[in-house]
Amino acid sequence: MDLAVLLPAVAFYVFAGAAIAFAFGVVSARNPVRSVLFLIMTFFSAAGLFVLMGAEFLAMILIMVYVGAVAVLFLFVVMMLDIDYVELRQGFADYLPLGGLLSAVLTIELIVLGASWHISDKAQELRQAPIDAGQDNLRAISEVLYTDYAFFIEAAGLVLLVAMIGAVVLTNFHKKGVKRQNISAQVARRAEDGVELVDVKPGQGL
Amino acid sequence: MLFDTSTALGWTVITLLKVLGFVVVLLISLAFILLADRKIWAAVQMRKGPNVVGAFGLLQSFADFIKFALKEVIIPAGTDKGIFILAPFLSLTMAFIAWAVVPVAPGWVVSDLNVGILYLLAISSLGVYGIILGGWASNSKYSFLGALRSTAQMISYEVSIGFVIVTVLLLAGSMNLSEIVEAQAGGFWHWYGIALSPITLVMLPMMVVFFISALAETNRPPFDLPEAESELVAGYQVEYSSTLYLLFMIGEYLNIVLMCSMVTILFLGGWHAPVDIAPFTWIPPVFWFAFKALFTFFLFAMVKAIVPRYRYDQLMRLGWKVFLPISMGAVVLVSAWVVFVQGSA
Repeated sequence: MDLAVLLPAVAFYVFAGAAIAFAFGVVSARNPVRSVLFLIMTFFSAAGLFVLMGAEFLAMILIMVYVGAVAVLFLFVVMMLDIDYVELRQGFADYLPLGGLLSAVLTIELIVLGASWHISDKAQELRQAPIDAGQDNLRAISEVLYTDYAFFIEAAGLVLLVAMIGAVVLTNFHKKGVKRQNISAQVARRAEDGVELVDVKPGQGL
Repeated sequence: MLFDTSTALGWTVITLLKVLGFVVVLLISLAFILLADRKIWAAVQMRKGPNVVGAFGLLQSFADFIKFALKEVIIPAGTDKGIFILAPFLSLTMAFIAWAVVPVAPGWVVSDLNVGILYLLAISSLGVYGIILGGWASNSKYSFLGALRSTAQMISYEVSIGFVIVTVLLLAGSMNLSEIVEAQAGGFWHWYGIALSPITLVMLPMMVVFFISALAETNRPPFDLPEAESELVAGYQVEYSSTLYLLFMIGEYLNIVLMCSMVTILFLGGWHAPVDIAPFTWIPPVFWFAFKALFTFFLFAMVKAIVPRYRYDQLMRLGWKVFLPISMGAVVLVSAWVVFVQGSA
């Protein structure tokens, strides 16, 4: 078989298989820190799939935002939790009926959906050429995002700004009587402000 | 067939050879860069530095390497063994794969990605994991505190580094590192850091911001708080010994050299000679690149020797309250320059 076909195929199955295996690890790991690590590996495999599809910009953004920022926060929180690992292992049998029921319902729904799903004849053509071949996808995305959808992206930015301000306001409170460092006051301070030279006469004192 | 890039087999073979070349050259030069770091530090303090192994101590790093490799690996009780061993490997791998997009001369690059800079940012944000996992898996309070400090510090300074890089992207009009270097061709007055044009008033401070942020990003003095030996012993590395510690250290120094190369590529014109006339152009581009990167490393080493350590709240203040607003303002100024001055010309 030709290597040019074989290599991407192998890469796809490696990434896709890894994504599923790691996703299973997320829910099955006993230790929450390991769960988060599996989650990170799942993100990473998904980014690999994006690269295979030629969407390298999305892949890099996925890694930067989810792996580099969101998952680090998860990890911080989980690592600082005071968890009793023995207690975590109990109660598996209690939750089994409810969890089993939920997953059975979801599986049946998926099967029903999959059986009745009809794929359009033109879907394959659309999938193969989402953008012009000669154009790198950073340019392709920005040309759509900042022309046709300019107002939507600005609205999304505004919503995020409001959310950010909200988070700052909710957590920001000033304690009274806390000494704070005032850098500009420190820098502006001169020797004359702090030190007074006194010419003390012998035998007199101050 | 074997060395023909148009076929899949040839491409694979050539890429593997390139990777091997980069790894070997990087590791060998790293041995001497480590020595240079210690020598420069010693010279500033009027000591001699390592001078016993080999002539002028040239083989010191190799002696250290053998010593590291031959010691027993101690894994303390109560550690999460798998993650404890994984963390240094992760650290080293992330430091190495970042080099995949660094062009050291025209065409001398493993992968000429169109989103090269985004790739570098993504990989450097992954580098955090080696540290935080190592600190957590050690099951030691010192390690964990060191890891938390280090992670918070790296995430904080990544933000301002990102904005500084955006200013360069705006001027170059590309995220491809080779194209960014190509955009600075034609003599040192075209280099973004020291260009002879009004935009230098913005870009020169940006180069300084990038340099200082790079110090913080790589946990170098004066921002080596994660390793602050006076309070945290050695931060996330406390419990590591022998080869595992060596992997952490190689990863750290690889990141430092990467940051030096980034300064070279973004602000000092990459592989271009300072003046585009005969005696300078005789020197191959890769030597110019190495010379500039090593000069930046010399500055890194001098900073280590000269500047005292920051306090942690001062470090956070510098990152979030000084560098972030400055670099965001610079993005506005540079985009205005690109649209209204370059665009109308």
